[in-house]
Amino acid sequence: MFPELFNTRPLRIWIDDGLNWVVKHWGDAFEAAAYPLLVMLNTIERFLLMMPWWLIIALLAGLAYGATRKVTLPIVVVIGLVFMGLMELWEDSVKTMALMISATVTAIVFSIPMGIVMARSSLVRKIVTPILDLMQTMPSFVYLIPTVMIFGPGKIPALLATIVYAAPPLVRLTDLGIRQVEPNVLEAAQAFGASPRQRLFGVQIPLALPTILAGINQTTMMALAMVVIASMIGAGGLGYQVLQGIGRLEVSRGVFAGLGIVVLAIIFDRITQAYGKQLQAQIGLSGAR
Amino acid sequence: MSENLKIEMRGVTKIFGPEPDDVLTQLQAGRSKDELQAETGHVIGLNNVDLDVRAGELHVVMGLSGSGKSTLIRHVNRLIDPTAGEILVNGRNVLDMDMEQLREFRRTEIAMVFQKFGLLPHRSVLDNVAYGLEIRGVEKKQRLATAEEWIAKVGLDGYEQSRPHQLSGGQQQRVGLARALAMDVDILLMDEAFSALDPLIRSGMQDELLALQKDLNKTILFITHDFDEALKIGDQVTVLQDGAVIQSGRPEEVVLNPANAHMEEFVADVNRARAIHVQTIMEKGEFERCASAVQVGACCEDVLPLFAEHDWVGVNTEDGTQIGRLTAKQVIKALARHSSAV
Repeated sequence: MFPELFNTRPLRIWIDDGLNWVVKHWGDAFEAAAYPLLVMLNTIERFLLMMPWWLIIALLAGLAYGATRKVTLPIVVVIGLVFMGLMELWEDSVKTMALMISATVTAIVFSIPMGIVMARSSLVRKIVTPILDLMQTMPSFVYLIPTVMIFGPGKIPALLATIVYAAPPLVRLTDLGIRQVEPNVLEAAQAFGASPRQRLFGVQIPLALPTILAGINQTTMMALAMVVIASMIGAGGLGYQVLQGIGRLEVSRGVFAGLGIVVLAIIFDRITQAYGKQLQAQIGLSGAR
Repeated sequence: MSENLKIEMRGVTKIFGPEPDDVLTQLQAGRSKDELQAETGHVIGLNNVDLDVRAGELHVVMGLSGSGKSTLIRHVNRLIDPTAGEILVNGRNVLDMDMEQLREFRRTEIAMVFQKFGLLPHRSVLDNVAYGLEIRGVEKKQRLATAEEWIAKVGLDGYEQSRPHQLSGGQQQRVGLARALAMDVDILLMDEAFSALDPLIRSGMQDELLALQKDLNKTILFITHDFDEALKIGDQVTVLQDGAVIQSGRPEEVVLNPANAHMEEFVADVNRARAIHVQTIMEKGEFERCASAVQVGACCEDVLPLFAEHDWVGVNTEDGTQIGRLTAKQVIKALARHSSAV
């Protein structure tokens, strides 16, 4: 046994009390700060629910066709979504979609600039990388509990937990994409007098875009992977159905909702991937080289 | 200094490493480069380089890989900052410029062509050629019109909307050349611009550059590792070895009088028939007009086939006056002497 060198109880009590203090004194402020997220999530959800089902299917099928220029993927999209409708999972899938889209959008807003800063400063990269490791490996329940304590159960902690889990790959891939831009292209831009800003927006970001898109793809996938956990704290949607299926030992309910998540994952994965490939072909790069 | 000097480098030294100034003092104190590199781990890229490029001159800087020639050319537009020395372009000290002035200088006074082309892969050929003008802030319609013009001049009509990766290497470098020429600046930096191309295409590009240069009369600093290329296109040649200038002069002079053993080795494989011009070996004076003649700028290679038919070949100025003549013997002597001299 490892010897007990000092009593850790005070430390633990200090952390727990600290959290309680934060909840008591800062809870409202945190809630106010996260309010815009809630508004965004609710707006997207309401908007998607307002749209007739066939329009959503048509839009996604259209996106799929635009990305692949083939009919295979649109057919898969239509079949998958019709299946969800038939299984009475339409509303839940739309809610899950809304959660995933909100998480992805928020992640994009924060992760891409963060990735860019990381690519330009090795100091920032050294600091941020372990934080990203933490975000990706820390079991989500560990931070779910304090977030629920601060915000109360509901959509906000669900959304936050999803973002924490889903954002890191996008940060990493943005950073990677920008650092991978061929130095000779950058040098040429510099030789013609491009300012750092012109280099960033005219050269680095466009050339990193396929990699960034791969990051967005990863983020959507990881956001979907979180829906069951998110539903435990009140996110609703397909995850909630899975949870109910488990709770009631109703295997069928769990299976169908689970399949629904898979369908969503396939649709969004294939669409974002195809757009990434299209972009790569345009640039004439296979991979990043 | 002199008014027609476009680029002047004075005592430019570049030391790569964490503490260049320390190493610089030791280098200036007279310690040898090899010693310092081994001892301090610093790399001495350029060692006290002087270079003069006159207006309208195609100045070739030549050296083997690692001789510092690419480092040298990057000092002219300050893509690399020197550790010591002075660099004047158009009479202005580049090192005095702050970042904003430097960008303005790069946008309006100097253009560059790269060995690896450095094209923007996500843009069409047209937008690539217009890139420099875009950075300069030229309005869209005008810059596309200019780009269009230069694309035609380098012979890429019809490729305006292609992407760089759809073009061959030679075509890509034409885009790079057009991009630099579209800037309409006096000074052109060409960093091993043709080295990545196949020999045949390279030769074609050299001819094209010479043809363009006849019209444009730019000041060109051209980097190469290929002596034949230097001989073909250069008005002046400066040879670098281990970061230091070992010889500078007209290409022919360099071939005829190599400055040291390294240079002799360099020159050994050179095609002398192309390097030696007829006027340096001809019999000067007024003679009976010869039945066939070559122009003053011709080299031995041009005159050789004429000896199949004639004993004497005249050398004429551009307006047709004969200023000298030569026989096959003289040519053979010239070629043979310099071959055996090594």
